[in-house]
Amino acid sequence: MPGAIIQRMSPPLSEGAAAGPAEPLAQPRSLTDLFVSFTLLALQGFGGVLAVVQRELVEKKRWLTREEFVEDWAVAQIMPGPNVVNLSLMLGDRYFGLRGAMVGLAGILTVPLFVVLLLALVYAQFASLPWVAHALRGMGAVVAGLIAATGIKLFGALRKHPLGIPLCTVLGACCFVAIALLRWPLAYVLLSLGVLSCVLTYRKLAP
Amino acid sequence: MNIVMTAADWLHLFLHYLSLSLLAVGGAITTAPDMHRYLVEQQHWLTDAQFNASIAIAQAAPGPNVLFIALLGWNVGLNAGGLWIGALGMMVTMTGIMLPSTTLTWLAARWGHRNRELRAVRAFKQGMAPIVIALLVSTGWILSSANADPAHDWPLWLVTVVSTLVVWRTRVHLLWLLGAGALLGALGWV
Repeated sequence: MPGAIIQRMSPPLSEGAAAGPAEPLAQPRSLTDLFVSFTLLALQGFGGVLAVVQRELVEKKRWLTREEFVEDWAVAQIMPGPNVVNLSLMLGDRYFGLRGAMVGLAGILTVPLFVVLLLALVYAQFASLPWVAHALRGMGAVVAGLIAATGIKLFGALRKHPLGIPLCTVLGACCFVAIALLRWPLAYVLLSLGVLSCVLTYRKLAP
Repeated sequence: MNIVMTAADWLHLFLHYLSLSLLAVGGAITTAPDMHRYLVEQQHWLTDAQFNASIAIAQAAPGPNVLFIALLGWNVGLNAGGLWIGALGMMVTMTGIMLPSTTLTWLAARWGHRNRELRAVRAFKQGMAPIVIALLVSTGWILSSANADPAHDWPLWLVTVVSTLVVWRTRVHLLWLLGAGALLGALGWV
């Protein structure tokens, strides 16, 4: 779809994000494109949509740079509500205003809702079969890998980070220990490490 | 299970989900314990089995995991009298959980985007980046460690490690990987 590759009109988010790839970013052509794109995203996302979102929106469709994705994801994650749903709302709004936000939301939720209902209706017949449960376990293990790999890939987005790679790595490692190993509540980690990281970044950024 | 839902009950259900919406920081699943307390233990609108199945199905299905909330409402409606009531229940819980959080996110994202050159906004978005990335890796870790017995579950860990490497280093379509995982599981190899 070469026609969709047009120069983004809004100025880049920051100098960190501005130095993206040389090719211009694409953006959705219409509300229909937005709806269909988010529906397809949602339908590919088993056990969480995040890994698919990163691959489709950043690597395939190129609506966002890796740096923009991390920044938007931070907002989607911090705000209450499901993070992928928040992201669809934010992106839809950026391209098409309130209508886009609603269409993004509808895209990510409507068709998956019917799929879930369908599954619920046939669940009773298949739940007792052991191979179904085992297949779900196998898929769960793959999903864990997908999400971890997404994090590893996005690590490259930190290369231009104002704090520099070493400090980012230390902050990230502390976060991993607190959440994955010590199982601290997310709120504590965000209030301590998150605030620390934002304050350090604030001091580094030019006023 | 058969229950009777009055209009006041539906309103109560709606208000409860409205109030949970803004607490769902870090994903709707973080409010699941409270939903269990409310729907199963306090109101007796769902059985334990219905509650657990709602979550398991939504996790297994494609799409955002928040849809487990639609299934909870659906099952409350089914208990109260059939498919149409189920659809009503689904609307009530989903609208309740989505309305406050999406409105707030929309307003905040707009404000943030309009003021994206502000130093504080840039510091927040860029400052959160290392934390957000670490949270993703942590999620992968936490999902894996549900398979806690190393002697028995090592094949599952192996699958996770292999799928991490494949997604990181190649551009294989994710559905192939999920299919392979499902097949390995169904054959009883992992």
